[in-house]
Amino acid sequence: MLRYLRTRQAKLTPILLLSPALFTMLFVVALPLLFSLYTSLTPYRLTRPETIETFIGLRNYIRLFSDPDFWSAFGRTILFLAIALNVEFLLGLGIALLINRITWGQRTLRTIMMFPMMFSPILVGFQFKFIFNDNIGILNNALQSLGITDQAIPWLVDGKLAMFSIIFAEVWMSTSVFAILLLAGLFAMPRDPLEAAKVDGCNSWQVFRHITLPFIMPFAFIAMTIRSLDVARAYDIVSVMTGGGPAGRTELLWTLIARTGYENSRMGEANAMAYISTILSIAFTYFFFTKLVAARRYMGGAE
Amino acid sequence: MSRALKNKLRAAGLWFATFLLMVVISVPGLWVVLSGFRPNREILAKPPVWIPEKLTLNNFAKIFGFGQDQVAIPVLEYFRNSLVIAGTSTVIALIIGMAGGYAFARFRFRFKNTWFLGLMLFRTVPGIALSLPVFMLWSRLGIIDTKLGLIIVYVSLNVPFTIWLIDGFFRQIPGSLSEAAQVDGCTRWQAFWRIEFPLARSGIAAAGVFAFLTSWNEFALASQLTRSTDSKTLPVGLMDFTSQFTIDWAGMSAMAVVIIVPALILTFIVQKHLIAGLTFGGVKG
Repeated sequence: MLRYLRTRQAKLTPILLLSPALFTMLFVVALPLLFSLYTSLTPYRLTRPETIETFIGLRNYIRLFSDPDFWSAFGRTILFLAIALNVEFLLGLGIALLINRITWGQRTLRTIMMFPMMFSPILVGFQFKFIFNDNIGILNNALQSLGITDQAIPWLVDGKLAMFSIIFAEVWMSTSVFAILLLAGLFAMPRDPLEAAKVDGCNSWQVFRHITLPFIMPFAFIAMTIRSLDVARAYDIVSVMTGGGPAGRTELLWTLIARTGYENSRMGEANAMAYISTILSIAFTYFFFTKLVAARRYMGGAE
Repeated sequence: MSRALKNKLRAAGLWFATFLLMVVISVPGLWVVLSGFRPNREILAKPPVWIPEKLTLNNFAKIFGFGQDQVAIPVLEYFRNSLVIAGTSTVIALIIGMAGGYAFARFRFRFKNTWFLGLMLFRTVPGIALSLPVFMLWSRLGIIDTKLGLIIVYVSLNVPFTIWLIDGFFRQIPGSLSEAAQVDGCTRWQAFWRIEFPLARSGIAAAGVFAFLTSWNEFALASQLTRSTDSKTLPVGLMDFTSQFTIDWAGMSAMAVVIIVPALILTFIVQKHLIAGLTFGGVKG
C-alpha cells in the first residue's frame, strides 16, 4: 500500500511541477489561439464589433489563397528565411572556425560576438535605418568621401536594395547565435579522432568533412531550433526600417498581418493570415527539432 | 615559398579576417552610441563631419526632460514601465521555469520529449500573430494598455526558454548528490534548496537575465498592447521619434543608448553560463 502510494506520488510530482507552466501556456497562448481560429472564420472588423457573430466558414482563407498580395508576401517571407538562415549558418560556421584557431584574446572575441544577439530587434532596425539612410547614413557618406560614388545610393528606397538591407540587418543580428553555439561545439570536440585521422593521412578538408562537421551538427541544429523559435523577430526590423515599403516591396507575412489587422481593422482576415504564419513557424521549429533529436541519437545522447 | 613565410602569411590572414569581423560587428552599434552624444546639426551636416568636434550630453538631458528644450516624449516613464514589466515577468517566469525545469531534469514520465516539444512550439507562435487574439481578449478583460496585461504575456513568452535552460543546468548536477542528502534525512524539498539550488544558482541567474532581456527588447506584442505612458515600454517609445516626415536622429540615438547599455552589461555578466545552458540542455537531451 505504502509502495503504491509512493509510486503514485512519484508519478504525480512532475505533473504538479509542470502545471504552472502548462496553465500559463494554455491561458495566454492556447486559449487566444482558439479564439483567433474562431475569429478567422468570421468577417470580424474592429470598427463593426457585431460582425464577430457572423460565421462565414473558410471564406477568409479562400480569399487569401486567391490574393496575389498575400502570395507575394508569403513567397518573400520564405525567400527571406531561406537566404537569411543559410547565410547565417555559413557565416557562423566560418566565424566559429576562425575564432577556434585564434589562441590569443579568444574570450574577448567571443564576448563581442555575443552582443548583437542581445540587441533589441527594433534597435537593430533603427541602427541600420540610420546607417543605410540615403542622405545622412554613414554608408553613403563613406562611399562618397572615398570617391567610390558621387550619388546617394537609395538603400531603403529602392525595392531590391531595401530587401538586401533588411536581410543584412537580420544576418547581422542573428549570425552570432550560430557562431557561438558552433564554437561551443568546437570547444567540446575530443582531440583523439582528429589526431588519429591525421596519422591515417587525411587532409584537412577530409578531417573537416567527416569528423568536425558531423560532430558540430547537433550544435547547428540547436542554433536552428533557437532561431526558428523567433524568426518573426524580423517583423520588428522591417517595421522600423521600411514599414513594408516602398510600395509593398519589402512586405513580409508579419507586416501584412499587422497592416490588415490593425490599420485596416480587418481582424478576421488578419487572423486567418496569422494562423498560416503560425503553422509556418511551427513547421520550421518541428523540422529542426526532429533533426536535433536525430543528430543527438546519432551521437549516442542520453535519450 | 618557404614554410615559415607561409605560416606567417596564414597568421596575417587570420588576423585580418578577425579584424574585419570585429569591425562589422561593432561599428554599427558604436556609431549609434557616438551619435547619441552628438548634436543633431552635426549628424545632418553635409559634407559629413567624421570626427566629432564636441561631445555633449544634451540629447540625454533632452529626452529625460531636463532643461528648457525638452522633447515631448516621456522617456523616463517608458524606462520605468520597461523595468517594472521586464522585472516582474522575469521573476514569475523563473519560478514557473524552475519547477518545470526540475521536473524535466529529475523525473521520468511518459511522453517527456513530446511535452518538451509542445512547450517549445507554443513559443514559436509569431508575436504579431499572437497579438491579434490577445489584443481582442485583453480589451474584453479591460487589461489592454496596462502593465499587468503585458506582464502576463511576457511570462508565457519566457517560460519555455527558461525551462529549456534550467533543465540543462539541473542535469549537470549529479542526481546522487540530492539522493545522498535524502539518505541523511533531508526531505526532497530540503535537498533541493540546500544542495541543488545553490549549485545551479548561476545558471538560473543566466536564465533570468535571458528572460529579462527578452521582455526588455520585445516590440511586436508591446506595440499593439500598449497605448499610453501607463504601459508603453522603451522599444515602443523609440517609434515615437519617427513622425511621418522627420526623424530626430540624435534623440533616437540617445534613447538607443538607454536601451542598449543595461542589455550589454547584463549579457557581459552571464554570457558564459548562457552558452553552457543552451548547449548542454540541447545536446545531452
